[in-house]
Amino acid sequence: MATVLETHGLTKSFGGVLAVDDVSVAIAPGEIVGIVGANGAGKTTFVNLVTGYLKPDRGRIIYLGRDITAHPPREVTGLGVARSFQIPQIYASLTVLENVLIALAAREGQSLRAWAPLSTRVREAEGLILLEPFGLTEHAARPVSELPQGGLKLLDIALASALMPRLLLLDEPTSGVSSAEKFGVMDTLVSILQARGVTVIFVEHDMDVVTNYAGRVLAFSEGKILADGAPGVVLADPAVRKAVLGWA
Amino acid sequence: MTVAVVILLDGVLYAAVLFLVAAGLTLVYGVMRILNIAHGSLYALGAYAGTSLVLVYLKTGGPAPLMYLALLAGAVVAGAIAGPLVERLLLRPIYGREEVVQLLVTYSLFLILEDVMKLLWGVDPYYVAKPYAFLGTVTIAGVRYAWYQLLLIAVALATGVLVSLAIRGTRLGRMIVAVTADREISATLGINVGRVYTLAFTAGAILAGLGGALVAPLISVAPGISVEAIVLAFAVVVIGGLGSLEGAALGALIVGITRAAAVQLFPEIELATVYLIMVAVLLFRPRGLFGEWETRRI
Amino acid sequence: MRGGKALPLVAAAVFGAAPLVLPGWVTFLLTLAVAKSVMVLAIALLLRGGLVSFGHGMFFAAGAYTVGMAMKWGGMREAVVLTFLGVLAAAAAAALLGLLIARYRGIFFAMLNMAISMVVYAVLLKLYWVTGGTDGIGIRTPTILGVMPERESLRLVMYYFTLVMTLPAFYAVHRFWTSPLGFALRAVRDNEVRVEYMGTSVARVIYAAYVLSGALGGLAGILTGFSVGHIVPDLAYWTTSGEFVFVAVLGGPASIPGPLVGSIAFEFLKSYAYKYAAFTWQMTLGVTMLAIILFMPGGLWTIYEGLARQGRQWRLSWKRTG
Repeated sequence: MATVLETHGLTKSFGGVLAVDDVSVAIAPGEIVGIVGANGAGKTTFVNLVTGYLKPDRGRIIYLGRDITAHPPREVTGLGVARSFQIPQIYASLTVLENVLIALAAREGQSLRAWAPLSTRVREAEGLILLEPFGLTEHAARPVSELPQGGLKLLDIALASALMPRLLLLDEPTSGVSSAEKFGVMDTLVSILQARGVTVIFVEHDMDVVTNYAGRVLAFSEGKILADGAPGVVLADPAVRKAVLGWA
Repeated sequence: MTVAVVILLDGVLYAAVLFLVAAGLTLVYGVMRILNIAHGSLYALGAYAGTSLVLVYLKTGGPAPLMYLALLAGAVVAGAIAGPLVERLLLRPIYGREEVVQLLVTYSLFLILEDVMKLLWGVDPYYVAKPYAFLGTVTIAGVRYAWYQLLLIAVALATGVLVSLAIRGTRLGRMIVAVTADREISATLGINVGRVYTLAFTAGAILAGLGGALVAPLISVAPGISVEAIVLAFAVVVIGGLGSLEGAALGALIVGITRAAAVQLFPEIELATVYLIMVAVLLFRPRGLFGEWETRRI
Repeated sequence: MRGGKALPLVAAAVFGAAPLVLPGWVTFLLTLAVAKSVMVLAIALLLRGGLVSFGHGMFFAAGAYTVGMAMKWGGMREAVVLTFLGVLAAAAAAALLGLLIARYRGIFFAMLNMAISMVVYAVLLKLYWVTGGTDGIGIRTPTILGVMPERESLRLVMYYFTLVMTLPAFYAVHRFWTSPLGFALRAVRDNEVRVEYMGTSVARVIYAAYVLSGALGGLAGILTGFSVGHIVPDLAYWTTSGEFVFVAVLGGPASIPGPLVGSIAFEFLKSYAYKYAAFTWQMTLGVTMLAIILFMPGGLWTIYEGLARQGRQWRLSWKRTG
């Protein structure tokens, strides 16, 4: 199998505005792809289309050779695609560990079991290991509501990675995370994901993060892919610099 | 043939009252996204207030036609007092809270209003047949109807047209539309959202009260009428689509005629037929006939 | 559990010994309160998932009427078999209605339940040749495991029967809350989007909770029917459901003992209020519920938890100084 993800002519408009315009891209197993672009360039819409949150107007999405166009998020997730969100989507009334345990039970396909306990010794141990790279282990027993914004963001990514996906989409993983923590977290996360052979697509505004961790960069502008290639090449492209950073 | 005429006329009559009540419910929902379980109590309040005012007026011995004014005034005054009071004191603290909390709060209000009305008017039923009897009757296709019933239909129709014109044509109406569409944007545009809420809720209360007052001469006004009203009004707005005025009109007609037909043909399952239709509509259009699918947010 | 392991044992001892020292009418009220607490538990279960049902009385009625009709038309008398049958019927009803209702949340969930329960009410009322209409059905004294209770000890026997039947319900709900499904239900309340993005079906979670909740409602109806000895269509009327919602909020839906505490408090208050405050009873309920929602969202049980916490702190500081 040559690709993990392919899109063919993917198109989505909102009230006449083309958010994603005829995007065709192929991503190979194990690639770490950064998506850059100005606000409104269609980055998040692209992630939403791939994970089934939105239905495309036109075009197809192929995951591991299988057409998943317009499949709902639950099915797409079931096939091994996970995502994190720009605004963290976590369970605010539960503790950090409980959040992760729920993800683990979901991955095991045990979500609907009503008699066995959620919190088993095995699951708890695994949960704590999962929280480790995000620096959340010491906060495991705390209610999520007590975490700072950056912690919520990291928990959101931890929930996605707990699902052991083959394709992981991260929507601005480092926004809201303090610059002191940013690189440390990304270092550990990326090396773990790489070791697992996970294919990663991440939307990012911080160009240093993109340069450091992406093996390939897609530059979005007005719903189209403006440039596609190695970070050094794409980010040096004057057209990209103008469209993404606003200066050449 | 006669049965068909009865079903049609009775149905439209039911529909007229239901429309007034449901229009208020749907307006309030559309603007503030709160389903007011106590809406039926506002209907009952209008019925009691209208009836009482007519009874008081009739004692003064003034000219009889003016009693209709008293009936309407009762409803309007009741809604204009209860509306802002409830909105400011009770609903304001819970905007943006979970739907469950909002439901529980309006349910509490329902419980409170039920007893308030018992304390004010007692538990014995009130009858005021004068407005009904005064206008005499007319025979339509062999069936005798009171002019009052036809008048009621006309008033409901006129109110519906008036409300929809007001929403389209007045400044307040446009503000209501704006707030319904997007509260945050409206606020940034300089619309006083709080005031729009108060006014919309009061308008909803007055509509419910009008429904109650207009139907009062046809029924006995007693504890329990509010429960029936909210349950039927809910069926109407669910069938039509929560938040849609056109939906309320269509839903009212469907429920009204169904109920009239059931009363004539299958009296045992009168209420059940209304809900069976509601369930059928929901199976095929989960948000009702005119309902909008809520846009998903991340 | 925060109450520790001692709490359930202490509770069992207190409830077991209660009728030996309490007057008969109190035992009767306690029986009713315990039976109805299962219904409150059913409502609380949904509340914790962010769902409120203003029509759960229909499952209460489904359980009670199944028993009533099996007695009236089927000639059955055995309480254990009847209970099993009634719970099964209520669960089946919930399984059927859940197909439609589990697709909805918030307002629609609440009001659809209300609407359907009103249909059930109307049917119970109008099909009087089967259901006895407004007169309802008398529930005769059942045999318990083949033994017919003596007239003098009937009250006591029904109390213990109710207690024994209630225990598994509370235990099951305790298991449920610590299970993946229980957590999934709380997760649904917090964030449906994330639940779906974990590959879990929100509709299925709600459906499962709904069926469990319906079965519990049925059990409560059956036990109430046995102890009152008479069932009427009003059980399915939406204001009956509303009263149970009130008790769930009163006791605090977030704990297992909350529904029991709320139910007992409510049953005793009501027996007085009917005498002294017939016209202001509903108003009292409304004002109380508002006060709880706005100021004490954990319900009555938070008072106990607050006291227990203070107690622990007090013991700690006492140990330190002493």
